[in-house]
This record gives sequence, C-alpha cells and structure tokens, in this order.
Amino acid sequence: MSDVPILVAEGVTKHYGARLGCRDVGFELWPGEVLAVVGESGSGKTTLLNCLSARLRPTTGSIRYRMRDGAMRDLYTLEEAERRRLMRTDWGFVHQNPADGLRMTVSAGANVGERLMALGERHYGHIRDTALSWLERVEVATDRIDDDPRGFSGGMRQRLQIARNLVTRPRLVFMDEPTGGLDVSVQARLLDLLRGLVGELGMAVVIVTHDLAVARLLSDRMLVMKDGRVVESGLTDRVLDDPHAPYTQLLVSSILQA
Amino acid sequence: MTAPAYNFAYLDEQTKRMIRRAILKAVAIPGYQVSFASREMPMPYGWGTGGVQVTAAVIGPDDVLKVIDQGADDTTNAVSIRAFFAKVADVATTTRTEEATIIQTRHRIPEAPLHEGQILVYQVPIPEPLRFLEPRETETRTLHALEEYGLVHVKLYEDIARHGHIATTYAYPVMVEGRYVMDPSPIPKFDNPKMDHSPALQLFGAGREKRIYAIPPYAQVVSLDFEDHPFEVQTFADPCALCGATGVYLDEVILDDRGGRMFVCSDTDYCEGRRGEAEA
Repeated sequence: MSDVPILVAEGVTKHYGARLGCRDVGFELWPGEVLAVVGESGSGKTTLLNCLSARLRPTTGSIRYRMRDGAMRDLYTLEEAERRRLMRTDWGFVHQNPADGLRMTVSAGANVGERLMALGERHYGHIRDTALSWLERVEVATDRIDDDPRGFSGGMRQRLQIARNLVTRPRLVFMDEPTGGLDVSVQARLLDLLRGLVGELGMAVVIVTHDLAVARLLSDRMLVMKDGRVVESGLTDRVLDDPHAPYTQLLVSSILQA
Repeated sequence: MTAPAYNFAYLDEQTKRMIRRAILKAVAIPGYQVSFASREMPMPYGWGTGGVQVTAAVIGPDDVLKVIDQGADDTTNAVSIRAFFAKVADVATTTRTEEATIIQTRHRIPEAPLHEGQILVYQVPIPEPLRFLEPRETETRTLHALEEYGLVHVKLYEDIARHGHIATTYAYPVMVEGRYVMDPSPIPKFDNPKMDHSPALQLFGAGREKRIYAIPPYAQVVSLDFEDHPFEVQTFADPCALCGATGVYLDEVILDDRGGRMFVCSDTDYCEGRRGEAEA
C-alpha cells in the first residue's frame, strides 16, 4: 500500500429535498484497500456510493481522488469529459443488477471489449483475445463469447459485468451489492473470484452490502451506516467481533448463527 | 389563374431562412447534426420530407433539379418529387447527372463523378449513427460532444463476431473531418468512398427527426473499420447486363419465377448514357 490515500471524502452530505440521504460522511481510502459500507436498507449506503462515484453531486462536502498523475482532484470540479474518462478507465462500477451495467443486446465479447474500443483499440484480434482471457479469468465459458448476456444466468451475468469493468485494470472499483439476488453457492464462488481479483490487481474497492458475511470475506475496513450517518467504522474484524455502537451490536447479533 | 397560393419552392421565406441557417451551421461544423424546425410537408414521413425541405431552401429559379430514388430517375418517389418542384418552383428538371445543379437522392450517390457547384441532397430516415446502441438522445449528444465513439466500434465488432466480416452494407458509419461520426443515410457502403473529398456540397435532411447535417466540398470522410478488418466495398462478379459497366453498383432484377435474374446498373442515368454512347 502506498502512503497517500486514493480517495478522500470529507463531510459528504446529500439531501433529497427535505429528506436526508446521507450526512457528514468522511473517510480516506487507500490504494489496494477494500472498504465495505454496511447497514440496513434505507441507511444511505447507495446514496453515499453514488456520491463517491461521481454519479450524484452531494449537497455539501467534498470528494477528492488521486489521479494517475498523482494530483488530488475534487470529483465535482472535473470537466465532464475528464469525469467520464475516469469512469471508463480508472474506475469500475459493478451494479447489483447486471442488466444495469451490461449492454444486454450485444455479445459478451463486445461487452468486455467496449472499454478497450472506447480507449481507441482498433484491432479486432487483440480485442477478442483480451475478451477471451477475461472471460476465462471470471470463469465464463469461452465458447459463450459470441452469445449475448440475455442468455446468461444471473451468476454469469455478474461475472461478465465484473470482467467488463476490470478489463482496463481500474485502480478503484465501486460495487453495489454485487452478490445480491444470487443463490448461496453462486455467491460463494463470486466472492472467491472477487477476492482473488482484488488481491491480484491491487485495486481499491468500495463495496456496499447489507450482508455482513460478504463484508467479512472481502473487506479490510468497514463503515456501518444508520439513518444516513456513519455510526461506527474500523477494521472489519474489529467491528464485527467487538462492535462498539449499539446499532452495530444489534446488527451483528441479528445474524443467524449457522 | 391568379397568383399561386404558395410561395416559390412551396415553403415560405421565413421557413427557408430558418432552414438555410441550419444548413450554414451544418456546413460550418461538418458531420454535426443541427436541429431545425422541420415542417409538415405534403407527403408522408419516410418519403423524403427532410430532403425536400433542404432542396426547397437551397433551390433558385435557375437551378436544374435531378431526383433519384435507389439510383433510378423513374421510380415513384423520384418522379413525384421532381414533379413537385417543377410545379412549385417552376425549375428545369433533368435526369442527367452532369447537367443537374441540385440532385436530391435517396439511397445512392450517382456513378458519374460530381463536380464543383453541384449540391447533393440526401433524404435521411435516422440521422443518429449511435441510435441502435444508445436509445437516449441526451446520451448520444454527450457522446458526440465528448467524441466518445467507442460504441460505433462495438457495433462493427458485433458484425465480425456474428458474421466473420463487417456485415453492415448500408448506412455505414463515417468520420467526417476527423471529428464527428456521421450516418451517411442508407446509401450502400459502395458509395462511401465517393463522399470523401467530393467537389460537390453534400447536405443531409431528416424531416421526422428534425436534423440537418452536411459535408462541405473537399472534406475528409473516412469509413470506420478495424485494423485487421479494413473497410471494403461490395464487388460484383458480372458487369451490368444492359450496358456492360463494371465497378458500378448493381441491382438484382428478378425476371421470372424459375430463378431467372439479371444484374443491372442501379444508376439508370449512367446506364442509359452508356447504352446511348454504344449505339452512336
């Protein structure tokens, strides 16, 4: 890990009119670190994620990101072109519903290759080779490269979405409930895959989940949110094994012990 | 008869000025789609309402008009638009490419080389080259503004993945002057190279979609492709069955219900011209 944070959030607050999305959230994210944001639904997790990923301008507060050239830049003062370039090269965003992150009407290969083509890759053979190697890495059968994701199972779609995001080797990936809606065995394999890729590529991840097991498996640190505020933060094992805030204690104790 | 109930070239002068302003802007920004207040025309959408409005805005009493539909001067669409302008603008009409000063076209560029001073007016059904992959207009405009054209290659990639080669044969996307990706309207890709550095002014009108765009004379027009799958035009095994021309775009004509067919020039003027020369 490097000694400068890759993402710094300070006092991030988002109001939807009179309603509160999230309030006064601040943290630093370090290169290669996985940060989980947990909490019940309606606690402001997704609002926070959207603010962090430059999709939703916060009402107040700042979010700064360290660009590849080392300069810290406020996301919401970037030009739109810069922000979009960031989103499709240096960042990834894995949606809970793969249909939101994939182009459902084009083949798996084109889904993986889209970012490369957006960056100016103009050699069909290279694009295809890269797509094949990524399908292999995310355990999608390579003979499905020309099928479109409508014919894929939920788990395959999610793996394809991950490949599509990681093909440009992003430094920061946002994930919104990446295992939501998948059955337990598929979830386990996906988590395994994600853990492997995160370790291998050394990317920083902000993962939103309501599933504490996912947070435990993947994350180094976590933020616990309730009613739009962060009620507790710390190393994942510390928070889960020795929760301080009453809400976190409630959350941890409400997990069914298998 | 008393004074006609309509203005010269059907549209009123204010409307023509509005369209000319859009055309000037389009010429100034090659390949950029300029929105304009498209009018109702006395013909259905899809029959060339955009082209007719552009022609009406640029035509003058001294112009000579040629109208083609799929290369032919004698099909319904071509005949009726030609008759329309003969009536409302009292202009001379022709079928000869060389003689025309304005050529309104649907789906073809004439075989005979165009020259300076000529205007080629295309009828365009769907002006947005990114439309089939990105349905949101707000998003396609952003993509154009930021030159994010990866999507066009996604479409070409799909072609190769499914068919082994770039199977898009018409409305083949082009890059104009290294800036805007443009839909050349549903002309066969055979005609794409003719757009590059053409001495004629090329204007595109989409009536239903309310867009005008243009390629000024001698502008660079490049058909998009992959390095390992370069752009290619269609080729034909046999020459035209009527005039013997090679290297031209041919139409297939079914002759009977027993499989008889012939391939003839799609450009009727070009074909007739060659046959006339052969007889003389």
